[in-house]
Amino acid sequence: MTTQIPLTGQEPETQGAAPRATDQPLLEIRDLEVAFSTGAGEVKAVRGANLTVYPGQSVAIVGESGSGKSTTAHAIIDLLPGTGKVTGGSIMFDGRELVGVGRKTMEDLRGREIGLVPQDPMSNLNPVWRIGTQVEEALKANGFQGTKAERRERVAGLLAEAGLKDTERRARQYPHEFSGGMRQRSLIAIGLAARPKLLIADEPTSALDVTVQRQILDHLETLTSELGTAVLFITHDLGLAAERAEHLVVMFKGRVVESGPARQILTSPQHPYTQRLVASAPSLSARRIEEAREAGVESVELLAQHADADVEKVRSEDAVVVAKNLTKIFKIRGSRPGASTDFKAVDDVSFTLGRGRTLALVGESGSGKSTAANMVLGLLEPTSGSVEFDGVDVARLSAKEQFAFRRRVQPVFQNPYGSLDPMMSIFRSIEEPLRLHKVGSAKEREARVRELLDMVALPESAMRRYPNELSGGQRQRIAIARALALKPELIVLDEAVSALDVLVQAQILELLGDLQRDLGLSYLFITHDLAVVRQIADTVVVMQDGRVVEHASTDEVFEHPKEQYTQDLLAAIPGRDLDLGLVPPAV
Amino acid sequence: MPENIDVTGARRDQPRRGQEHFVAPVDEGGLGAVDAVSTTQAPKSLWGDAWAHMRGNVLFWVAGAVIALVVVVAVAPGLFTSIGPRACDLSQSLSGPAAGHPFGFDFQGCDIYSRTVYGARASVVVGVLATAMVVVIGTIVGAIAGYFGGWFDTLLSRLTDIFFAVPLVLAAIVIMSLMSTRTSFTVALVLSLFGWPQIARITRGTVMSVKNNEFVTAARSLGMGRVGILLRHVLPNSTAPIIVYATVALGTFIVAEATLSYLGIGLPPSIVSWGGDISKAQNSIRVAPEILFYPAGGLALTVLGFIMMGDVVRDALDPKARKR
Repeated sequence: MTTQIPLTGQEPETQGAAPRATDQPLLEIRDLEVAFSTGAGEVKAVRGANLTVYPGQSVAIVGESGSGKSTTAHAIIDLLPGTGKVTGGSIMFDGRELVGVGRKTMEDLRGREIGLVPQDPMSNLNPVWRIGTQVEEALKANGFQGTKAERRERVAGLLAEAGLKDTERRARQYPHEFSGGMRQRSLIAIGLAARPKLLIADEPTSALDVTVQRQILDHLETLTSELGTAVLFITHDLGLAAERAEHLVVMFKGRVVESGPARQILTSPQHPYTQRLVASAPSLSARRIEEAREAGVESVELLAQHADADVEKVRSEDAVVVAKNLTKIFKIRGSRPGASTDFKAVDDVSFTLGRGRTLALVGESGSGKSTAANMVLGLLEPTSGSVEFDGVDVARLSAKEQFAFRRRVQPVFQNPYGSLDPMMSIFRSIEEPLRLHKVGSAKEREARVRELLDMVALPESAMRRYPNELSGGQRQRIAIARALALKPELIVLDEAVSALDVLVQAQILELLGDLQRDLGLSYLFITHDLAVVRQIADTVVVMQDGRVVEHASTDEVFEHPKEQYTQDLLAAIPGRDLDLGLVPPAV
Repeated sequence: MPENIDVTGARRDQPRRGQEHFVAPVDEGGLGAVDAVSTTQAPKSLWGDAWAHMRGNVLFWVAGAVIALVVVVAVAPGLFTSIGPRACDLSQSLSGPAAGHPFGFDFQGCDIYSRTVYGARASVVVGVLATAMVVVIGTIVGAIAGYFGGWFDTLLSRLTDIFFAVPLVLAAIVIMSLMSTRTSFTVALVLSLFGWPQIARITRGTVMSVKNNEFVTAARSLGMGRVGILLRHVLPNSTAPIIVYATVALGTFIVAEATLSYLGIGLPPSIVSWGGDISKAQNSIRVAPEILFYPAGGLALTVLGFIMMGDVVRDALDPKARKR
């Protein structure tokens, strides 16, 4: 064991030099089987998976939640949760078999030869230790034997390498003082502390804003190519995977359904599942629309029904919602009791939503988009400015008028696990608005619930189920059904598809489009994801730090973004620079 | 990164060994519809789920059997013995087990088996009454404080803290010694007067976390009133920890009653109770220690039953703690 681990990596030959023609795979997984034993017997999470990673290469495993992608990655370093066990196959790493090795060998391997950047930067740093201490811990655990001063210097070096500035001070801070992006950088520093040959990045940026995601992935890429580290990405985002990796492995229900060079998979997907994925990943469809445009093809299917959304024209006659100079100031508790500072969450925001149209409020976390939505819903009172719904100021309604207003405006929220009362059956959840507003008799209400379930494409038998039995996408459809129960005119969708898998996301977006066409609904669509916007919105309002940065039609925002911030957001959509070769959409 | 793709494309036209384009054969059943609902399984509510989980737990049946036995004994002691607890014969003082008297006789010559059977009622009545009152007071105070917040919360929380600072048994001793009439009801009342803060705290905490859920915001935007939301959405979702605590608390109230009776300020001697009998048995502990064993054993078994049940219920109602 060397006392000093060179900063430039242990394999200088991979740097710059042409790759060897006959190089050996760094990681070779053959016929891997992983099973979890549950009360109901053994459940196979991974079935016969094959995967090969060469030194210095980046490979991505793509799949939706429950596809076994994380399980495969965790099997490599024997970090399977709970009752998970490798039941068959082999994992060869650097010429050694990893299945069935002892705990000690595996501990030596983790961190030192295979690093891990975990998914959630919020919970993967210990909140009671300083960042520096945690990086130092990673060094010590992996056999770094320098003096205290050397260690400290090395920690600073690693943090700087991960892209943090002012590292001396940063190392002395605690995780709660860091933003999500900074935490993820610290985790990358920890993952790369011992110069591993392979870095497993498990959804490294899915909890971060898109612009931060892009910065971090760019940085990770530069860093690992400098060090000659191979990277195994785990992601649900096909666009991101194709952009960052040369080799893709697509997993579905525990099996590898397709693998091969990224480019080939994107342009000519063979397996029906991959075709579905390529056809519906939002980041890719945004790109596909653009390619179609460039090629001069005006595909009606792809563009949905983007009617000529002229911002000015809508303004006057048929507006459902008119927000005028909307401002919301929150008081934040100061350092002394009684002292408080003002925080402008929403600052002078104006927009107009036309009847039967969709307006998207786009912004990263902290941009004030949800606060603005809550003011439209009449759940928060604006500090100044006004929201007019159908010509009436929402904040000045009497109790009775407000009750009537509630019937016409309904929300759908982000979290499919929190938006339904777990104690209520699906029937009671959907029926509740009807009963509360005393609509119809019990019989009529039941008929209406059946009709609503049919509208959101769920079987009637789902009525007797409880939320805990349904998947995220199904719950979100129930939430939409409940919102539709009172035949509202406006639905406020607060990140309504953000927590869903891409295929389910595409399905819900399609459902929303159909409902809009059939029922003449207006949508206020709040999202952080510009890629989704292209599929659904007519008009886009881009927000940053509580202010409106850009307000224009969707096509204009995508084709001629005026502001730097909008351009940054657009550039951050993964897969934007990919050449898709205009695949015919497969179903 | 654009150059990544370009470099790869330019550098190697042929994929390396093990990285050739691979396509799996399509499964027999096909892909299936995206996100289909399972229509085969029976619907399961949260309570149904918890019940299914409890049913498979041996401890549940053991605790259930103990509790059921104690309750039956408390309701109909006559089924278990034909001898009255006050039919005492001084000539039998401290004599051992005999035919029809399996546990023998105490100092006063009373049948110990009969007294143990009749003693169950006092414990169960005090335990159930005190728990019921505590749950009512604690839930109301906790729910109001947690849901409405503001100065109301501050006031109620400080009040809770004040009561919390007074030890339950100590306060009960003081109050009970001032009481002129002492019945099962007064004992339960005094115990609940000082026993509610714990439940109030638990309820307040749960209510505060439940009220931040999106289904509460959804109910607000339906136009439902604050009280309606509290009763229909927030409270039903806060019951699990209350039930768990109440089950365990029942055991502790029984112990508290026994303690008070033992000290001679709980139930009067005219009411047969385990605490009182333990106190009397103490006088002859050197000559006949087994007299102490039977009421103490009854007490321990009852409390154990309720505390075990509390454990089982907590496991069943807290899906996070449960193994999947």
